[in-house]
Amino acid sequence: MLTKLTHWSRLKSPWILHLNTGACNACDIEVVAALTPRFDVERFGILLKATPRHADVIICTGPATRQMKDRLIRIYEQTPDPKFVIAVGACAMSGCVYRGAYNVIGGIDQVIPVDVYVPGCPVRPDAVIDGVVKLLNKLKG
Amino acid sequence: MKFQIPIGPQHPALKEPISLRMTVEGEVIRDADIRLGYNHRGLEKLAEQKTWIQNIYLTERICGICSHSHTTCYVQGVEKLMELEPPKRGLYIRTLVAELERIHSHLLWLGVAGHEAGFDSFFMYTWRDREIVMDILEIITGNRVHYGINTIGGVRRDLDEQQVKRILDSLDILRQRSEYYKHLGTNEPSFVARLAGVGYLSREDAIALCAVGPTLRASGVAMDVRKDDPYAVYDEVPFEVCTADTCDVLGRTVVRIKELFQCYNIIEFLLKNLPAGPVAVRAPRRAKPNEVVSRYEAPRGENIHYIKSNGTDKPERLKVRAPTLGNYAATIQMLKNGFIADVPLIFAAIDPCICCAERAVSLVDARTGQEKIISLNSLKSLSLKLSAGNKRKREAEWPL
Ligand code: SF4
Repeated sequence: MLTKLTHWSRLKSPWILHLNTGACNACDIEVVAALTPRFDVERFGILLKATPRHADVIICTGPATRQMKDRLIRIYEQTPDPKFVIAVGACAMSGCVYRGAYNVIGGIDQVIPVDVYVPGCPVRPDAVIDGVVKLLNKLKG
Repeated sequence: MKFQIPIGPQHPALKEPISLRMTVEGEVIRDADIRLGYNHRGLEKLAEQKTWIQNIYLTERICGICSHSHTTCYVQGVEKLMELEPPKRGLYIRTLVAELERIHSHLLWLGVAGHEAGFDSFFMYTWRDREIVMDILEIITGNRVHYGINTIGGVRRDLDEQQVKRILDSLDILRQRSEYYKHLGTNEPSFVARLAGVGYLSREDAIALCAVGPTLRASGVAMDVRKDDPYAVYDEVPFEVCTADTCDVLGRTVVRIKELFQCYNIIEFLLKNLPAGPVAVRAPRRAKPNEVVSRYEAPRGENIHYIKSNGTDKPERLKVRAPTLGNYAATIQMLKNGFIADVPLIFAAIDPCICCAERAVSLVDARTGQEKIISLNSLKSLSLKLSAGNKRKREAEWPL
């Protein structure tokens, strides 16, 4: 009964943490734009949270920079289980134009496990919503 | 009793990774220290491995909010190196996109300021209207954020009649909405009370600490690269430089709202006087050995690119000085003697774009906010002196 309830609530109100790991800001504003009236993800119960301790889903934008690597791992560890990671943007998937730069490790998946990849440079807010919905469907199944 | 409070790199009040160390006495900040590098990607080095054309797309990805600023600044420099003269129509379209970007950036900032002041419906309003600008940009360039419209020698896409009409129609809506923001931003008692007097930066300090953009103009200094050193077509376009003299966050808000109206006028002028002709000229693949400094008034202030060519199809050096970097020293001054609760607001008021600023080594004395400029030789001897007693590289610890 209780597990059913938690499962249901997890599907109905995933709280997200938005983390910039070295992005160019474009993906970030598109993620924030997804929260504002035109796209309004709050109608799906998705809420942007400020601290990793409240979050279910981490939305990562940007390539993992060397400076950010340890912080990224720490933030991942601070998030309570079960946790999911969405890599938003070409940077978070593979490094995008920054691939090969001395301070860039590569995609987020070089550092922490990733569940959903959303392509685009920058992603459209619609794509972010699509990514979250795909994740939720995955949880359902 | 003094405490040190670290904020960041991941913190509710900050949207991007940066770390602030604040020394506080009770609620009052006595000293602040900004630490950078979380977002450093090594763009300048990367630029040396890419061709002139590829670098347009790289510089675009320096920052997502002022992406057009960086490409325009870069492209202008390269055009000077290659001795190209872009056609008038191309320059008009380039300026048009630049002004649209300024509108979207200022609306975005207004929303963030509202959010930091606890006025979330303002945030939602401005971001809703920002979508109108994003739509226009998407119609003109095909993309919402990274427009990719600049190319060396002009722009890549032309405008047609229908698009011009559509933009003019949308401008009317934006004007109306901005009237409302102007009313709200200057009359809403609780909003004004929250912003007034916060983050004071006197005129003298603003000049001494090399503040740029709206931060500088809100301290009563009428400085704008578009007026002082006109690039593109700004010498033909009538507009005013907006200033305020309250020297606080309220002033910075007012300056930005005023600038919105100037932007609408500029866009209207550009569209009504759009000359006919081609939008771009063919660019050569190589540039002669030379060096150039290009200036551009980005939404956040003066953007400077230094480009050096060596006769090949790649730059030998690209140096970017983004406006946010120019504002850091002033931010420390603003934070001092303020309250902890004001930090997000003050910090947001310079409209920080951390990914823009993550690339320089400048010697900023955090305690006095003084910037030291020293010659390469004295820098070398200084570094030798400082590192004389250090451990060898392999044994040294990473300082951060
Ligand atoms: S994917 Fe593109 S838009 Fe997104 S952070 Fe990377 S460079 Fe910027």
